[in-house]
Amino acid sequence: MKIDVLYFAWVRERIGEPRETVETSAATVMDLVDELKAREPRYDLAFSDLKSLRVAVDQELTEFDASLEGVCEVAFFPPMTGG
Amino acid sequence: MRVSVQSEDFDLAEVLKGFGKQPNTGATVSFTGLVRDDTGALDHMEIEHYPGMCEAAITKIAEEAAARWGLTDCLVIHRYGKLRPGDQIMMVATAARHRVEAFEAAEFLMDYLKSRAPFWKKEVTRDGADWVAARDADEDALNRW
Repeated sequence: MKIDVLYFAWVRERIGEPRETVETSAATVMDLVDELKAREPRYDLAFSDLKSLRVAVDQELTEFDASLEGVCEVAFFPPMTGG
Repeated sequence: MRVSVQSEDFDLAEVLKGFGKQPNTGATVSFTGLVRDDTGALDHMEIEHYPGMCEAAITKIAEEAAARWGLTDCLVIHRYGKLRPGDQIMMVATAARHRVEAFEAAEFLMDYLKSRAPFWKKEVTRDGADWVAARDADEDALNRW
């Protein structure tokens, strides 16, 4: 399946692009992270400390064990600093 | 209820025109957040946002506030892009039957916007640029609700 993967703030800077389409068979967000980390060092760097990352699936904040079944969009970013 | 995520500045008097005019409104509260420069070194702030999710997340927070405090009206504006010291970043306004509800709902909105609306601030100073880190205190603030 194809999933749009988005990156924001310093995650975007470490990956080097704001979004990409990924062909994956990952069942969960964590599986997707592991797939990406195995690809290139820049992903390993961006995902080195998952406690400092948040994830949204189809624009809803969720956890790393969330399922990717039927999902179109996954976004990774640091804790939000709105307001 | 109105939610706007925009790069343009807003005129407080203008956006509050007609706000809380329902006859059962007894109190309105508005809060405006500005770009602060504590050290005099800040050149500007870059606010990055997640289009789509921002509007959805803020609307959800505003709907929760409206239901919980029986708001008669609610307005949230949050800007993104390049902002200079003194610029307005965002505002919330609440209208309710009584002031306690209006104040509490405004504080609830602010607490949730800080750590649940997908915005990220980068401070650009004379010495370089750095992402503003989320504070534990901001996350803790959610526990009181």
